[in-house]
Amino acid sequence: MEFMNDIRAWYTVVMFVVFLGIVFWAWSSKTQRRFDEAAQLPFTETDYPPRDKNKGDHHE
Amino acid sequence: METENTYNYKVVRQFAVMTVVWGIVGMAVGVLIAAQMVWPELNFDTPWLTFSRLRPLHTNAVIFAFGGSALFATSYYVVQRTCQARLFGGPLAAFTFWGWTLIILLAAITLPLGITTSKEYAELEWPIDILIAIVWVAYAIVFFGTIAVRKVKHIYVANWFYGAFILTIAVLHIVNSAELPVSLTKSYSVYPGAIDAMVQWWYGHNAVGFFLTAGFLGMMYYFIPKQAERPIYSYRLSVVHFWALISTYMWAGPHHLHYTALPDWAQSLGMVFSLILLAPSWGGMINGMMTLSGAWHKLRTDPILKFLIVSLSFYGMSTFEGPMMSIKTVNSLSHYTDWTIGHVHSGALGWVGLVSIGSVYFLIPKLFNREQMYSIRLIDAHFWIATIGIVLYIASMWIAGVMQGLMWRAVNDDGTLTYSFVESLKAMYPYYTVRFIGGLLYLVGMFLMAYNVYKTISGAKSAATVAQTA
Repeated sequence: MEFMNDIRAWYTVVMFVVFLGIVFWAWSSKTQRRFDEAAQLPFTETDYPPRDKNKGDHHE
Repeated sequence: METENTYNYKVVRQFAVMTVVWGIVGMAVGVLIAAQMVWPELNFDTPWLTFSRLRPLHTNAVIFAFGGSALFATSYYVVQRTCQARLFGGPLAAFTFWGWTLIILLAAITLPLGITTSKEYAELEWPIDILIAIVWVAYAIVFFGTIAVRKVKHIYVANWFYGAFILTIAVLHIVNSAELPVSLTKSYSVYPGAIDAMVQWWYGHNAVGFFLTAGFLGMMYYFIPKQAERPIYSYRLSVVHFWALISTYMWAGPHHLHYTALPDWAQSLGMVFSLILLAPSWGGMINGMMTLSGAWHKLRTDPILKFLIVSLSFYGMSTFEGPMMSIKTVNSLSHYTDWTIGHVHSGALGWVGLVSIGSVYFLIPKLFNREQMYSIRLIDAHFWIATIGIVLYIASMWIAGVMQGLMWRAVNDDGTLTYSFVESLKAMYPYYTVRFIGGLLYLVGMFLMAYNVYKTISGAKSAATVAQTA
């Protein structure tokens, strides 16, 4: 039982560190460009993309 | 023409229109049972019309029929547009529409007949549960399939929220619906006693967290930037918002079982995680609100934006109120009173309702090739009628709830109760009347919407005409 309690306590610590990791990752300069691109997705949508590329139905 | 051949708009149109229809049905049942609280004769001595049977019909209709249709419609629209790909799975999308409609009709038949598992928000009996599971798996295949065949690099944040909602609801529904059938219309849960209660509220609160929150946050992350015509305030915040919200909500369920046979440590765990939830909830709300920074003037003239932004204010209010009510000492006053009903409706009418209505107003003209809705002034009128209705509803339930809590716990010097239960019930009359009026106003707003949607659709040039003249 003592062992299980240690696991539980450490699990909490690990999850907290994971959370901090996500925060640092999200705010790191590496993600800036891809997040900026993703944020534009609602505005860069093509209105009527082709249903089937093979039918030469291009609109892009 | 092109519209028909490229994106699957048909299923989006079907769900968008049914959002309005089921909204009216579910809310009308709600208004009827609210009226029954004031005038009990309104059950006409008919078993099918009693409060106990119509209440689950109301909750199922507004959550799964109205809210569910809004989620299907918007998720199918958003995932296609932001992935720039047609819905995956061909006829599977149509199957989800007709399957979901069949489930709703079966609920509307079985619940008034008194056929129920008695698990809140999971009342439907086992054959319907199996049907829900099948339709939901089809939904997941269509949604995640579309993401898999996307023509862009990134998966937009709205799709992460929709995806979490779809995946989690599948897990919750299948685990909580584990039951042993004894006949076609009766089954018993496989879980015993307190474990059953814990599983039920793990399901119940995550239905709130993932069906009524994560899914609608997906809506928020697409339709607010679209209507405000600017990208989300902070994409980074939205990423942290996503991971924090989904990992915290999972543990908040036990706050529904304070001071019960549930072990104390589980109750405290539920309370702590409910308190932590305030952070991601408000992070998301601030992210949505700040998207308008520099464009606040749009709120003055754009009633659709009003719906979307005011829904976020109600989201902020109810996600502050929720953690507060999960504190055990506060809960000892609020639990089993109408305060809970007020809290739920601040979230349901205010957050879920307004964000869905705003999104459907955005969608309808685009789905039916129309410049804009038939009447912008009617949207504005709808907004104000609905908002006044919500305020009347939640304010009356707050007063009623706190009063009930105080009357039930009041004791005389000799230790006897100061008030009998009936005395507290009699004190509720004025507040139940105000609640009925508030709910009625919200329903009236939905009728305005139905008229506006009907006029928009019937006045629309058909897609074929547009293609010919173009």
